[in-house]
Formats: sequence, structure tokens, C-alpha cells
Amino acid sequence: MKQGSGLPVFSGVAIGKAVVYQKTQRRDAAVGTPAEEQAKFDAACVEAKAQLNTLFEKAKADLGEEHAAIVEVQMLMLDDLDYLEGVAAEISAGSSASEAAAGTGEMMAQMFASLDDAYMQARSADIRDVSQRVADIICGGSGFHLPDGNFLLVAEDLAPSETIQLPRDRILAFITQQGSSSSHTAILARTLNIPSLVQSDIFLSDAADCEILAVDGFTGQWYMDPDAETLAMLQKKQAEAAADRASLEAYRGKKSITKTGKQILLCANIGSPEDAESAVAGDAEGIGLMRSEFLYLGRDTLPTEDELFEAYKKVAQTMGDRPVVIRTLDIGADKQVDYMGLEQEENPALGLRGLRICLTRKDDIFRPQLRAIYRASTYGNLHIMFPMVASVWELQESKALCAEIRTELESEGIPTKEVPIGVMVETPAAAVMAGELAKEAAFFSVGTNDLTQYTLAVDRQNAKLGRFYDPHHPAIMALLAHIAKSAQDNGIWAGICGELGADPELTETFIKMGFTELSMAPGRVLETRKLVCESEE
Amino acid sequence: MKEFTYEIKDPMGVHARPAGLLVKAAAGFTSAVTMTAPNGTADCKRIMAVMRLAVKQGNTVTVQCEGADEEKACAEMKAFFEENL
Repeated sequence: MKQGSGLPVFSGVAIGKAVVYQKTQRRDAAVGTPAEEQAKFDAACVEAKAQLNTLFEKAKADLGEEHAAIVEVQMLMLDDLDYLEGVAAEISAGSSASEAAAGTGEMMAQMFASLDDAYMQARSADIRDVSQRVADIICGGSGFHLPDGNFLLVAEDLAPSETIQLPRDRILAFITQQGSSSSHTAILARTLNIPSLVQSDIFLSDAADCEILAVDGFTGQWYMDPDAETLAMLQKKQAEAAADRASLEAYRGKKSITKTGKQILLCANIGSPEDAESAVAGDAEGIGLMRSEFLYLGRDTLPTEDELFEAYKKVAQTMGDRPVVIRTLDIGADKQVDYMGLEQEENPALGLRGLRICLTRKDDIFRPQLRAIYRASTYGNLHIMFPMVASVWELQESKALCAEIRTELESEGIPTKEVPIGVMVETPAAAVMAGELAKEAAFFSVGTNDLTQYTLAVDRQNAKLGRFYDPHHPAIMALLAHIAKSAQDNGIWAGICGELGADPELTETFIKMGFTELSMAPGRVLETRKLVCESEE
Repeated sequence: MKEFTYEIKDPMGVHARPAGLLVKAAAGFTSAVTMTAPNGTADCKRIMAVMRLAVKQGNTVTVQCEGADEEKACAEMKAFFEENL
């Protein structure tokens, strides 16, 4: 048994096989036009069939025709119209040939895995195998292969564009050597409710060799090939954690009301449209923060207005009457994308990011996003929130653009609905000026991660600054109290959507300050509801 | 439109190998060939769709052929089921 530790970002225990994520995995040189990518895929299918045919002949000679049939079935899958049409659709939507081949295969594999038939469940391995073969051929060489079943993912670090391509329902835990508690891997771990460690002292080569890997998200320990005693201890903890979660189920479907009758709206933070389902599963009363930039990552061109519209519509429909707050694009700083052609900056956290990019690039970035939101507005209860606001004029200029876009859509005969427009309070300037901003905004939501970073002048990505990054700092608390009071004085609501939203030590404090909405990882809603319901405030 | 019903006798049901043969056989006709099983209906020219029905021994399936060569398709598909499933 080997063991070590890391910084836990979500509690729980996971035990299973380890998969080491390799950076040098499949990577297309460049994504061509859909026609070029389709041609690459078609050629790879021909090659894959030739390879399988060789395999088939060999298997027939070595093992007999019955055993060889499985290879034959893989060949037939490459002719299957459902598969080919799925790949073609992904390619025409802008995916590379290899992404489309592997992605469509993974989707079909999942479908088979969910069938109530053990034999057909096992076929998901064939589908995954054949689609990964095609993807490997496209990329010229062997790529990163995911095994069947569930696994713990071990990596040096994971970029947002990498995490979004992973089959999230099969990952039991993330263990990374780098990252921080507010890095994107950590955010994803909390969205998926899986125990995870960042900044761990794990060796990738050891992880690749071990039979069983276990992670304890309560203590931050990891264990390779745990001995019987350790394994029993971990299994007991796992069972206890499951029992704790089950006891929180009593709060499902209840309203979040304190003993004195204050109602708090408990919402979920999400990245991709698919996360809205996790929000519903976690019993969130709305989406307090949709990080819309995830729709811009892991691709090579800007998403089109139609793609954005479909994504927002899906979230709006999933949530129904419940409010959905879409934060407009917050790219830059730690989430850069090559295709936007942004210049390298000395200091991206203080650079061209968030609303600043949108106001600089209205035509190709801001307008399509706002049009998509207004088009989707009739499908649910959408709200718009602007990130990185520092001055009142930025909000005024953005609101004017929203009004213009709504008029434009109406004149095109596209129905729209009133969309409340709010401010993500995350710069110290916005916090101090909350009284002025509240006259222009329909709501506030405090992004405590950035507010802490900017107020304390501490880079939240820098692991060495850990103990200096204190979100409970009195300066932050004073700003939060001022923000909540300014909102109340002006008759608008204020919420918290940063990591602090689910901080059990602060739930009462926030209610006392006057915040009426808290937004957090979907898996934290029920435990926070318990705290709200038990609160004397 | 021509159709027939058939009770699956193969102990493994419509598993991968006969599904492959079935798709190859159905692809030989211009008619649309569909199979309705307890789990739903599938286009017999699409192997994933056929396998997804997870047809088991004892299930009764209805095969429908519709198109220019439906007569021939129906007769040959019936023979195929009797021989392989």
C-alpha cells in the first residue's frame, strides 16, 4: 500500500480503478472545414475496416468463427447509419473528425450500457473500441483510451476544455497534482458531487500501475492498493457518507425558510446545459449562475447564435418557471481561447476579460450571445448577469444594447420576454459603488472568488498563496454587508454565487446581512437547506 | 405492406452475430424493413437500432416490409428468421 495526500475539494470516498490522463492524447493538428473533417472520417473508416478485417481473419484462424463474430460486428457498426449520421451531425456542428468519431461512439456506448440486458450492456465496450480505433487512425497513432466502467481519473492538471470531453457519469473522483480549490477541476468535482483532490503528491506512473486506488475526500488522503484494514475503514466511511446524504433527503422538495419565516432561494451553479439536470436532481430552486463561457471552450471557432440559443433554451426548458441567471461571457484571465485572437497579457486577471471583452467586441461576441438569450427567453425564466462590472456606465451601455437587441428581435417577428438584468459583484469597485449600481440593476449576485482575489490582492490560482486567500477576511464581510444593504435600500434582491454560497459557517451571517439567494454546486443544496431551515434568523 | 410475426427461439435472443446477419439480409432489399419487439421498433438496416431492442428468446416480434420488393423481402426475411433465430 502506498499513500499520500492532497487538498480535498469535495467530500466523500471513492474506491476503484485508476486511469491516468495523458496530455499527449488525441489532438487534431487543425480542424478543417466540415467537408475536410468528413473526408478524414470517411478515410479512417475505410482503414479501420481493413484493420478489423485482418483481425477477423486472424481471430477466425486462432479462435474459430464464433469468436471472430465479435470483430465482424464491429465492422458492421462502422456501416451503421445511426453512427454515421451522428458523426456527420457533430462534424457539421464544428467538431473535429476525431472528436465526432469518439464522441458519437461514447454516446452510443452509454446508451447500450443503460439497457436492461447484461449482454447488450457488454456491447458498449465494442462500440467504444471501434469508435476509438477510428479516432486513433484520424490522429495518427494510439490515443488516450478510456476503459469500461467507472474509474478515478489521475492527472497532472486538467484544462476546462479537457474536462468537458470526459464521460462525466463514469468518473468516481479526480486526483490532480496541480490545480486549486477554485480551479475548474474542483468546480466540476463539486458539480458532479465526487470526492476529489488537487495539489496532491501522487505519482502518475504509480497510479497507472496500481490495481485499486482510493480517495478520502474528508481527510484529503489517497491510497494505492489499500490493505484490508484501510479498505474496510474506507468502505465504512463511504457507507456513512451515503447514509448522511440519505438523511438530507428529508429536505427534498421543501421550501428554504428560516424559523422566523425568511425565505431563501437556494440555486445551483452550472457550466454546461447538461448540468441543469444535476441542478434538478440536487433539488435546486433555480440556476443562480450559469457560467456561459463553457460553451466557448474546447472548440476552434466562436459558437453561433443558434448554438447558443439551443443551449439556453435547453436550460430554460429544463428549469421551467425556476429562475435561470446566465452570466454573459467571462473569458480571459484563466480561461483563454485561441480562436478569439486575444493578445497575451502580462496580467490577465486585471486585463481584457468579462464584460470588458464584450463591450470591446460587440458585433462578433456580445450581440450573438444577447440575441440568443432573448430568443430563448420565452422558454423559461431567464435573467442576464454581467461579470466584471466596475463602473455604472458599463452597466448602462450593456443595458442599452440589450434594449436595442430586444427591439431588433421584435421587429424581426421573434417573440421575447422581459429579462431582468443584474450585476455580478466581483470587483471591489462594484462592491463599494453598490448603492449606485442598485439603481440600475434588477439584482446583485456576489462572485466571492474574484471579489476575494481582487480585494485581498491574492491570486487564487497561485497554490503558494493558500493561507493568504481568506474569503472570511473582515474586509470581505464588510463589503458583503454593504452590498446586501444597498440592494435592500433600493428594493432589489441580492445573492451569493461564489464558493462562499455553500459555506456552512456563513449561511446564518448571509441571511442576517439580507441576502435572499444562495447559489452553489448542485450537490450542496439539500445540506444548505437544512441549515436555512434550522436558522433562527 | 407485408408483415409476419415470429417467436424467437435462439437461446441468446437477437445477439450481436445474428443481428449482424439480419442487417446484411435486410440491406439487400429496397423496401423498408422494420421489426417491432416488446422494447420498441427498429429499422432492420441499422445494427445498433436492432441490438438496442435486446430481443430475447420467447419474445414475439413483428417484421414489416414496405416498398417495391416487399413481397420478396417478406418471404426471405421470414426464411432468415426461421433459419437463424
